[in-house]
Amino acid sequence: MKRIHLNKASRVNFATYGMVVAAYLVLQLLGSMGMLSSTMRGQLVPICAYVAMALSLNLTVGVLGELSLGHGGFMSVGAFAGAVAAAALPIGSDGLRLACAMVAGALVAALVGVLVGIPVLRLNGDYLAIVTLAFGQIIKSIVENLYIGMDGKGLHADFLNNTMALGEGGRMVLNGPMGVNGIQKISTFTAGFVLVMLILVVIFHLVGSRAGRAIMALRDNRIAAESVGIPVTKYKLMAFVISAAMAGAAGTLFALGQNTITANKFDFNTSILILVFVVLGGQGKMWGSILAATFLTVLPETPAMRGLADYRMLVYAVVMILVMLATNSPAVQDFVNARLRKKKKKEGAGQ
Amino acid sequence: MSENKNSYPKPKLVPVPSTNIIPERDVDKRPILECRHLGIDFGGLTAVDDFNMAIGRTEIAGLIGPNGAGKTTVFNLLTKVYQPTRGTVMIDGRDTAGKSTIQVNHMGVARTFQNIRLFNNLSVEDNVKVGLHEHTKYSALSGILRLPSYWKKEREAHEKALELLSIFDMQDMAGYQAGSLPYGAQRRLEIVRALATQPSLLLLDEPAAGMNPSETAELMNNIRKIRDTFQIAIMLIEHDMNLVMGVCEGICVLNFGRIIAKGTPDDIQANPAVIEAYLGRQKEA
Amino acid sequence: MLIFLNHLINGISLGSVYAIIALGYTMVYGIAKMLNFAHGDVIMLGAYICFFAVSSFSLPPLVGVLLAMVVCTALGIVIERLAYKPLRQATSLAVLITAIGVSYFLQNGAQLLWSSNIKMFPSLFSNEPIALFGGELKITMAAIATVLACVVIMLVLTWFTGRTKLGKAMRACSEDKAAAQLMGINVNATISMTFAIGSALAAIAGVLFCSAYPNLTPTTGSMPGIKAFTAAVFGGIGSIPGALLGGVLLGLIEIFASAYISTQLSNAIVFAVLIVVLLVRPTGLLGKQVREKV
Repeated sequence: MKRIHLNKASRVNFATYGMVVAAYLVLQLLGSMGMLSSTMRGQLVPICAYVAMALSLNLTVGVLGELSLGHGGFMSVGAFAGAVAAAALPIGSDGLRLACAMVAGALVAALVGVLVGIPVLRLNGDYLAIVTLAFGQIIKSIVENLYIGMDGKGLHADFLNNTMALGEGGRMVLNGPMGVNGIQKISTFTAGFVLVMLILVVIFHLVGSRAGRAIMALRDNRIAAESVGIPVTKYKLMAFVISAAMAGAAGTLFALGQNTITANKFDFNTSILILVFVVLGGQGKMWGSILAATFLTVLPETPAMRGLADYRMLVYAVVMILVMLATNSPAVQDFVNARLRKKKKKEGAGQ
Repeated sequence: MSENKNSYPKPKLVPVPSTNIIPERDVDKRPILECRHLGIDFGGLTAVDDFNMAIGRTEIAGLIGPNGAGKTTVFNLLTKVYQPTRGTVMIDGRDTAGKSTIQVNHMGVARTFQNIRLFNNLSVEDNVKVGLHEHTKYSALSGILRLPSYWKKEREAHEKALELLSIFDMQDMAGYQAGSLPYGAQRRLEIVRALATQPSLLLLDEPAAGMNPSETAELMNNIRKIRDTFQIAIMLIEHDMNLVMGVCEGICVLNFGRIIAKGTPDDIQANPAVIEAYLGRQKEA
Repeated sequence: MLIFLNHLINGISLGSVYAIIALGYTMVYGIAKMLNFAHGDVIMLGAYICFFAVSSFSLPPLVGVLLAMVVCTALGIVIERLAYKPLRQATSLAVLITAIGVSYFLQNGAQLLWSSNIKMFPSLFSNEPIALFGGELKITMAAIATVLACVVIMLVLTWFTGRTKLGKAMRACSEDKAAAQLMGINVNATISMTFAIGSALAAIAGVLFCSAYPNLTPTTGSMPGIKAFTAAVFGGIGSIPGALLGGVLLGLIEIFASAYISTQLSNAIVFAVLIVVLLVRPTGLLGKQVREKV
């Protein structure tokens, strides 16, 4: 009889905070000593953005237990909303402007999350997954056909065709399929670190509270959750929207670290890549998501791996399948358990 | 344990309107549950039909019948897992037409399941705390920000959960993962979780399934203890006749989706229709 | 009016391809209760094999198609055995993630083998369209072949599942695997056969799709795959006539949306239709309601 004691949760949480803080300090120190290559330094902001994305998707997949195949869509919304906000906001301080842009990105993504979530969350399982995929495609199509310009009178928007006549000194901010060009790179590693920490706090505190218990209860058994009076739709939507808002902030962080962003950058492949991070790191394990997102973003950039760049996605695919087989196949589990038992027996005999 | 089954005082049953019977002590109060002409069809098949039943406020009622008689379907109708095709279900005098499972729970009905449905990945304590959801209210935001209301309500929930677990002497298991508990403990935890929602009617679907005689006897005492402590009505589906006859006050026998008999344990045991339903018609010698 | 007819014909032809792909999804979903995300990539592989057979080895088109069917059938069985069979008892989330992994594996494998450069799929049918109304309405041979293939496949499958022993075994497995096993049906073999049939159909669909849209790349299969799944859901997943209905309707919606509303938004409109259908009728147009046992 196997009984698992669950009082370790808070210890794991603190270890995760510690891991992120330590990684930040070490990298800052290396950076100040000039020991980071320029490629590596360029990777710091995207790593933070992908870690944030993986954490936010893990809230949907690991905690809520629903598969979202359109998470790149929320990142896209956050990226473009944040980029437009950063260009439009008349704030001098870069840090404050970045913070405001991230809030804007998170809010717009949360709004889209509500719009998407209300219909989507009435469905379950495979249907829900396929509809999130569909929404991801719709979001991409809409962003690709959206034109936003700015002149002395403020922001102007157009859809499908650009018929804007901008006034004196006006310029295009979002140019349909061409995306946003000439972004002022105001994202910093510190900002990324703060975002990741904030997301961790929100997720851990949510999971340890009444709302989080309700979300996990409906993941484990929806019918039982309803039978004890948990408003299922409300909590599904809550988890989904929080996850979307986090993805939006991550999108803004990512966008404001690039020169140019286009809608193609956040397509289905991006959604899958983030899903790979979550699956490899372990569903519901936040530290796993952080490690997986970091290493799978850094590894392809290391000189040793660059020659194998072509094989990267192939390897990801194989690893994804193997992880699923290892964690879910009864045959594999029996094999592992038998091994463990043998080992235990040996230890027992040794005593 | 089992010798006290007959010493336990059984009330006299008295008729109430619509041919229903409830214990005499509850007669001056409104029945907690009243079903009138309840029925449901699946496609062309009538699973339950013309189900009339009332349960007194502190009654322990039994719902028995052969396999496939529609007992669990009745529970699913009462908790609105299925919406009935016909008839009404009144909880404490309020109609439940158009209500959802969630709303019916808020009206005071909680249940357990025939095939255990725990929140397997949560701890035992958290399973109970999910049941306490409606009674330890604070907003999600104060949970995330860890405002004072979070700490206050969480402490309340923790104490309340341990208190409820102590009914079954399970407070030491609070930290274990629910899915890793032994079978009997899982069944008991389901009852505790249901009780945590502070129901006025508790539905137990085969609570003694898979238990040995001594566990069943203990369960019988606990069912009475729950009724006496919380002053609620309990309705149970059970195949173990020792338990049903020992603990239930009013019994309702279902066969092919219809009620074939109602009455005290003694009435039911003597009823030829019930004997026939369980054993088949005796051949003429 | 003639333009409208032209769009109608294009829509039905595209819809027939979707219907053939949707059949693969619907049969597999019906029996294995899983969304075979890699189905779209089997389409792509079928198209590549036919491409190499016809372009590189100058084999006759029919041989190319048959070769593609054989290879895809084998591949379908292998995928099922290696990746999906060990997960029969696993959660649908785990199976879906595995299927996505297989899809990625096939796409990236194809990219390594054949690069991501566009290959022009050869025309397997006569380039001379049938001209009606004095040449104003042209119907390509590819379109005719597609619709014909779709009708024939549909008739054969309806006969197969309704009349043959193997077909009845398939239906039995989709209703209740345990009961089917007790009746002496080899459930594993039946599931393998379903994957085999679905993959063979995918090969045909790949060839037909590339005859209409000849730009062949490793990601060619994913979009029609996703849309065909949409079609299967639209028509009611698990239902063979549903796949036909859903496929043709989806093809028509796509062609008319891009003709009369907006080319850029045609995909978005297709997916919006899927979402609306799922919300109004979660089981699709011809699907049947399944109750969760409590």
